[in-house]
Amino acid sequence: MRAQDSPPLLEMRDITKLFPGVRALDGVTFDLYAGEIHALVGENGAGKSTLMKILGGVYPYPDYGGEIRIKGETQRFNGVRAAESAGIAVVFQELSLVKDMTVGENIFLGREPRRFGVVRWDELYGRAQQLLDDLHLQIDPRSPVRNLGIGQQQLVEIAKALSQDARILILDEPTAALTDAEVETLVRILNKLRERGVGMVYISHKLEEVFRLSDRITVLRDGRTVGTEATTALDEPRVIARMVGREVGDIFPKPQHEPGASAFEVREMTVEDPNVAGKLLVDRVSFSVRRGEVLGVAGLMGAGRSDLLMAIFGAHAGRVTGEVLVEGRSVRIKSPAEAIRHGIGFVTEDRKRFGLILDQTILNNMTLASLPHVSGRFVTNADAEAAAGERASRDLRIKANNVFTIAGTLSGGNQQKVVLAKWLLTKPRVLFLDEPTRGIDVGAKQEIYAQINALAREGLAIVLVSSELPEVLGLSDRVIVLHEGRITGEFTRKQATPEAVMSCATGHAKRAASP
Amino acid sequence: MNEAANEPPIDRPPVTADVAPQTHIGRLTIETAALRAYTMVFALIAIWLYFHYKTGGVFLSARNFSNLMLQTSVTGVLAVGMLMVIVAGQIDLSVGSVVGLVGGIAALSQGYGLVPSLASAILMGLLIGAIQGSLVAYANIPAFIVTLGGLLAWRGVILGISQGKTVPVTIPAFRSIGQQFVAKEIGIGLAVVAVAIVVWLNLRSNAARRRYGLQAASAGKLMMQILLPSTVIIAFIYVLNSYAGVPIPVIILLAVALAGAFLTQNTTFGRYLYAIGGNPDAARLSGINIRQHILAVFSIMGALAGVASLIYTARVASASPDAGNLLELDAIAACVIGGTSLMGGRGTVFGACLGALIMASLDNGMSLRNVEPYVQLIVKGAVLVAAVGFDMLGRKKG
Repeated sequence: MRAQDSPPLLEMRDITKLFPGVRALDGVTFDLYAGEIHALVGENGAGKSTLMKILGGVYPYPDYGGEIRIKGETQRFNGVRAAESAGIAVVFQELSLVKDMTVGENIFLGREPRRFGVVRWDELYGRAQQLLDDLHLQIDPRSPVRNLGIGQQQLVEIAKALSQDARILILDEPTAALTDAEVETLVRILNKLRERGVGMVYISHKLEEVFRLSDRITVLRDGRTVGTEATTALDEPRVIARMVGREVGDIFPKPQHEPGASAFEVREMTVEDPNVAGKLLVDRVSFSVRRGEVLGVAGLMGAGRSDLLMAIFGAHAGRVTGEVLVEGRSVRIKSPAEAIRHGIGFVTEDRKRFGLILDQTILNNMTLASLPHVSGRFVTNADAEAAAGERASRDLRIKANNVFTIAGTLSGGNQQKVVLAKWLLTKPRVLFLDEPTRGIDVGAKQEIYAQINALAREGLAIVLVSSELPEVLGLSDRVIVLHEGRITGEFTRKQATPEAVMSCATGHAKRAASP
Repeated sequence: MNEAANEPPIDRPPVTADVAPQTHIGRLTIETAALRAYTMVFALIAIWLYFHYKTGGVFLSARNFSNLMLQTSVTGVLAVGMLMVIVAGQIDLSVGSVVGLVGGIAALSQGYGLVPSLASAILMGLLIGAIQGSLVAYANIPAFIVTLGGLLAWRGVILGISQGKTVPVTIPAFRSIGQQFVAKEIGIGLAVVAVAIVVWLNLRSNAARRRYGLQAASAGKLMMQILLPSTVIIAFIYVLNSYAGVPIPVIILLAVALAGAFLTQNTTFGRYLYAIGGNPDAARLSGINIRQHILAVFSIMGALAGVASLIYTARVASASPDAGNLLELDAIAACVIGGTSLMGGRGTVFGACLGALIMASLDNGMSLRNVEPYVQLIVKGAVLVAAVGFDMLGRKKG
């Protein structure tokens, strides 16, 4: 930590960011020295990505509160370009390469070496080659990005970031898609960059890597900084404790569900990545849920939780094998329509993308999955439909003038209730909930929690996927933990401590508990 | 809505504005969707008054009004089909060529009698629509490409089977589809039925609103909602009757438009179309079979192209191989002027028909004033772009 005698390269002070109804960041302070790797860890939704998006200019000034300084100078980025020219380069989780362009074109996209407006291809590919050689990457700069594996693409992203002479490099889950060999390459590259004096922010769920690479660790929780300390002064259990360390249970009513007969079971579910042949997103996962039981599925981003549910629901594009049993009978589900017919409801994640038609009314959204039942087989019955919608709206306490309000104008919590209502109107026997409280305020969360408990009491079997550990632990009767597509732990409500679940989720302490 | 009294006492941040998008003009607050409809109607009235004044009172004469309605009918029928295609997030560029092809087939098959001739046109349209629809839905070829191919190919087919010749319509009953008028008494009967339906629908929806605890329209507003359409209906029939009666093509257009409005607004099929266009992911995950619906909507479009071709062929009393050229663009323009979003998920049959009427009014008015054809094209193009431009402006502010 030789570099820390000099003033910091980057200081972020009191950073605050509000989204409608949610305080994503609340007075976060973060700094970075030249030649250090500073790890940023926290649960999903803790605010890591948001913080880095502010630094990368994705959320421009003044959309956030607080101050960013680079080498002591205050910066107000009005966009990504401004952040780039200040020497900040971001390798985001979602790859931002243009798949049909070559590696070289991607590296210099928007900054092609030109003379009189004409691209100088030889120089471009020469420089790209040099850059790749520098990183000891055996990648042809003229090959289209599409032909590269995801891991190689990630490395190209890093090369691209370096081509901009970045002094600050932000890596958001850089190893999520890498093979072990590629991870080694990455580690070598990062160590080399450290020697060159580049400051790096390293975001990862894999604590093992964090401890191997980083000089300092900052833990974020609920949009606040829990603390920053030298890596040598910490160990994994302490970091995990800081990540989850909040009083669980306060806001969760503790119901006693009386699980009944088995309502739903999957056996040996295996799901293949539709884009990468042979890559398994879910690997031989089996579980069952009984009537009146809430089964929590914990795991970190990319563990395969959503893919598992999508596959069961008949909505996954990749190859799916395994057996699904509804109330003891084996069923074949090849489309969402069949899943619905078999009594499965699915409150999908990302309500704006998968759940709602934002410019239609609450009512139209609510009845979309159950139209033939609540309205009419072919000719709709507006009266019956509005009545069903009104009832659902009242039951779930959706706050809107009436059911003809446009869904897009609602707050996140109310939108989520609309999606929930949509699936309850299909009268499901099994309900999948994928991130049911993502991005909604605390009050609405509590209402959704109460609703989940009420539904379980009424005998519904519920499978709950959530990145928020307290939510999974507070609501579930039983918890399974996924890590890289496999079940790494199963806990009863009593056994499920945040630390135990988190260590299964980070894939570190694999401790397959007996059911 | 009444909040349940037993709500748990939680601190909740203030609820964000939960109301339909509204636009403010001075002190007036109007729902944005309604504002769009009003703007279109006002634009139409303005265009009519302008031409009426500039043509020295010819434009809105009974005779010309009858002509105007006739001109609207072909585009209107196509626009109803196109609306459904566009609402589902698709496009059909082939309809002009399909009109040419199936009109030709109808004319060539007159030897088998009236009914086979007419049926062959509609069935052929349906078949073409089904072929194109399945290519889009099941072979995953973008609609733009499939129907662009159709635009070329179907035109080629009719050039081939007609050997480039124009085929006259010889069966008088066929011709009458495009040229005859219904008896004035029938027109009056239609007006009576239509007004009765307007009254009934309004009373029923008001009663329903009251039943669900929604705010029912005030007596004054209800009066307006009944009187305004009724006046329009009566005036419409009166003007047409004071010339020669309601033209048969107009009757066909009204029937198609009513069926289209019913299909889009009052059936699960229609609702699914809007859902597919609005958010295909959400629609798929809600169990909607997207492919089936896309196939169906192209088939309907094809059949309606068949209907339009019959009106067109009958009106000009012959089928020429270049008939229907560029009609697809008129139909798309009508939808767009009528407030349909090319992104899918938004638009109404009423708007599309109004759009068709605006386009026909521009055509008719400029022809009456002997505006040079090149100027007509420029004006129509500018109006199309301006209509969408204003819509975008309004949406940004709203």
